[in-house]
Amino acid sequence: MHTFRYQGLTAILLIAVAACTSDSGPETVADATYQETLQLELLDAKPGTVITIPEGVFSFDRSLSLAVDGVTIRGAGMDKSILTFKDQVAGAEGLLVTASDFTIEDLAIEDTRGDALKVTEGNNIVIRRVRTEWTGGHKTSNGAYGIYPVQTTNVLMEGNVAIDASDAGLYIGQSKNVIVRGNRAEYNVAGIEIENTIDADVYDNVATNNTGGILVFNMPNLQQEGKSTRVFNNQVFDNNTDNFGHKGTPVASVPAGSGIVVNSNDNVEIFGNEIRNNRTANVIVSSVYSTNYGDGDTVDGYDPYPEAIYIYDNVFEGGGDAPDGLDLKALKLALYGFGGAFPDVIWDGFADNAKLIDGQMPIMQRICVNNGDVKVLNADGPNDYSDPREESTLHDCDLPKLPSVVLGSAG
Amino acid sequence: MRLAETAVSSSGVCGLKLRAWLVVVAATLLSCGRAGPAQPVFHTLENPARLSAWQLFRFNGKTLTLNNRVVPYDLNSALFSDYAHKLRTVWLPEGSAAAYDEAETFAFPVGTVISKTFYYPTSDPSGKRVLQQNDATADRLLAGFDLSSVKLIETRLLVRREHGWDALPYVWNADQTEAMLKRAGDLKRLDLVSEEGTQSFPYVVPNANQCAGCHATNATTRELRPIGPKARHLNRSFAYATGVANQLQYWQQFGLLENVPASVELPRNAVWNDASEPLDQRARAYLDINCAHCHNAVGPADTSGLHLEASTTMGPTLGRCKPPIAAGTGTGDRQFDIVPGNADASIFAYRMAATEPAVMMPELGRSLAHAEGVRLISDWIDALDGSCEVAP
Repeated sequence: MHTFRYQGLTAILLIAVAACTSDSGPETVADATYQETLQLELLDAKPGTVITIPEGVFSFDRSLSLAVDGVTIRGAGMDKSILTFKDQVAGAEGLLVTASDFTIEDLAIEDTRGDALKVTEGNNIVIRRVRTEWTGGHKTSNGAYGIYPVQTTNVLMEGNVAIDASDAGLYIGQSKNVIVRGNRAEYNVAGIEIENTIDADVYDNVATNNTGGILVFNMPNLQQEGKSTRVFNNQVFDNNTDNFGHKGTPVASVPAGSGIVVNSNDNVEIFGNEIRNNRTANVIVSSVYSTNYGDGDTVDGYDPYPEAIYIYDNVFEGGGDAPDGLDLKALKLALYGFGGAFPDVIWDGFADNAKLIDGQMPIMQRICVNNGDVKVLNADGPNDYSDPREESTLHDCDLPKLPSVVLGSAG
Repeated sequence: MRLAETAVSSSGVCGLKLRAWLVVVAATLLSCGRAGPAQPVFHTLENPARLSAWQLFRFNGKTLTLNNRVVPYDLNSALFSDYAHKLRTVWLPEGSAAAYDEAETFAFPVGTVISKTFYYPTSDPSGKRVLQQNDATADRLLAGFDLSSVKLIETRLLVRREHGWDALPYVWNADQTEAMLKRAGDLKRLDLVSEEGTQSFPYVVPNANQCAGCHATNATTRELRPIGPKARHLNRSFAYATGVANQLQYWQQFGLLENVPASVELPRNAVWNDASEPLDQRARAYLDINCAHCHNAVGPADTSGLHLEASTTMGPTLGRCKPPIAAGTGTGDRQFDIVPGNADASIFAYRMAATEPAVMMPELGRSLAHAEGVRLISDWIDALDGSCEVAP
């Protein structure tokens, strides 16, 4: 509920600011003084510099950027130091960081035209208690990503709040050694998305009211293929918001009502989560062929199959009872009737048949589900969904557990 | 490492000596009178608040002229910047030369000062109405660069110092007598007047980091580099005061450039708006100069897997049937970067035509769409064969 409090507070402050700026003449589009002050601080920073953002609402009409290693940006709190980009006319993000040993904490970035906070090619990145939000509700015209580190190493994302991103609220891509913990993602298309990333621990997060709660994806045509992600002890519930992503984006193919989705990624461990009332399915395991981008050309070497997926010890409740999209609705109706529901795990059925030995997938490549009486539905995607079936015994297996992620110096 | 450190520290001493010497020279020359000294000044470390401290230009109240040994240049195909015209100059300390490279930016010596002045033709230099016209900077220079018919917006410097290139954005005052350093960037509201009407737009002067957004063409080293001074961009004629000459030959004769191979044909990009050149080459030249500073194998946009340098061969890496990665709203509900034969269904044309910050490409450097550039790339995509249907 506290998110509504933020929105209310922000609205009041924005009205106050709007009242101020309208007094100072029609030419004024933003509080330009702090914009220049902060950007100069970002330019003049040296390793070790701590830039303090005071309490207040500060308006920007262009992107901010930082390119100096070893800098900390610190606000007075995610509901106290607010950088608003409502009047932004230029720049594809609110704050762009191209630097290492970077910490940002205790502030909010609102209403950017594109991504709110983007960090590229840095090592040792800490993003803590930052709120990114689009205050006008979940609209397709909102910026894509809330918090967006990409091609980074040793990353801690902790205690953040991400609301109403038209792609992913908290996204980490093409990175290594990542911890995403204690965050809250709400009303985004994807709540938390781990993409083409190696060694990520995602735990103690809350993902609710998104289209899809937590996504672990591998996209083709990138320099790094991801693997080894642990998703555990999260609360993933009521992720039933209609997909408001742009049609061409990868997340646009995520059905509303998806709890945890693994797509074309390997070595993914899902355990100890509370996964409730995600009305398409609580867990979906799928390949690129079930997405809107599976028809494209890919560069050589891309592995489209989800392999070594291990699901155990989760608490499931409800869900699967009102899937999104005509095909899934029809499938549910045909298999489980009007009042029925999909089982907690749906697999699209795409597998690398070249790896079969005596008709069986070797255990190390299997999708293993050892979660009490949880069943797995094979949707039979490879045969045009002609023979969907529950095949839980095939997935009755265990995989070696992945080691926990240890950050090099962040944290 | 030890050797390198020694080298740096000794050159630092030289730098200091040089600086002291330059201050003396500059002071001496300044005392000569308002006409200014004969040569530009290389500031080894400090960033002067005023552009005039670099002494690239001379003013007589009516016209702008280039100081001695400041050489103007032009590119076969140039970056689109909201229809701004561009006066590009290069100056190297006497006795030094850049080393030729076939593909990359020439290796310029320490002391090099490259400038790019963005301006618009106008009948009212102090107002906000500017005109959309073809850039004819070389002719304007020959005619004596009349300041009453242009609005100077900003001059961006790239200065080659011991530690590498520094980027410095200077913004012109309303009287067009001086430009001040604005490292945090600036925003100017202009009205662009063309035959089709008037477009109001915010002209955005980048901040010093945003300079790196394009000029750090390697996102890992983040080393700044000039983008234009490459063989394929410069290989064209220019109307100098002394006559028309090929720029690479002129630079060689002038002593600005060395190691130019004599026996091979030098690379050359097409002129994007010269209809006599092949469509494919014009489109690739346009993508090269407008996109490849980020979209190359090591650039800031290597996150996307889309590489648009002149040397990229046709395939998913160039965008053909390539699904987007993190385009967000930039997809415009389209599935692929390039759908052969169908520009309307291609993300390329959509993002080039867009002006919304989250959608448009390039992300920086323009507020307006380049209708002529969009048309070129659309024509090129429409002429491509094939389709994107590929069975799993």
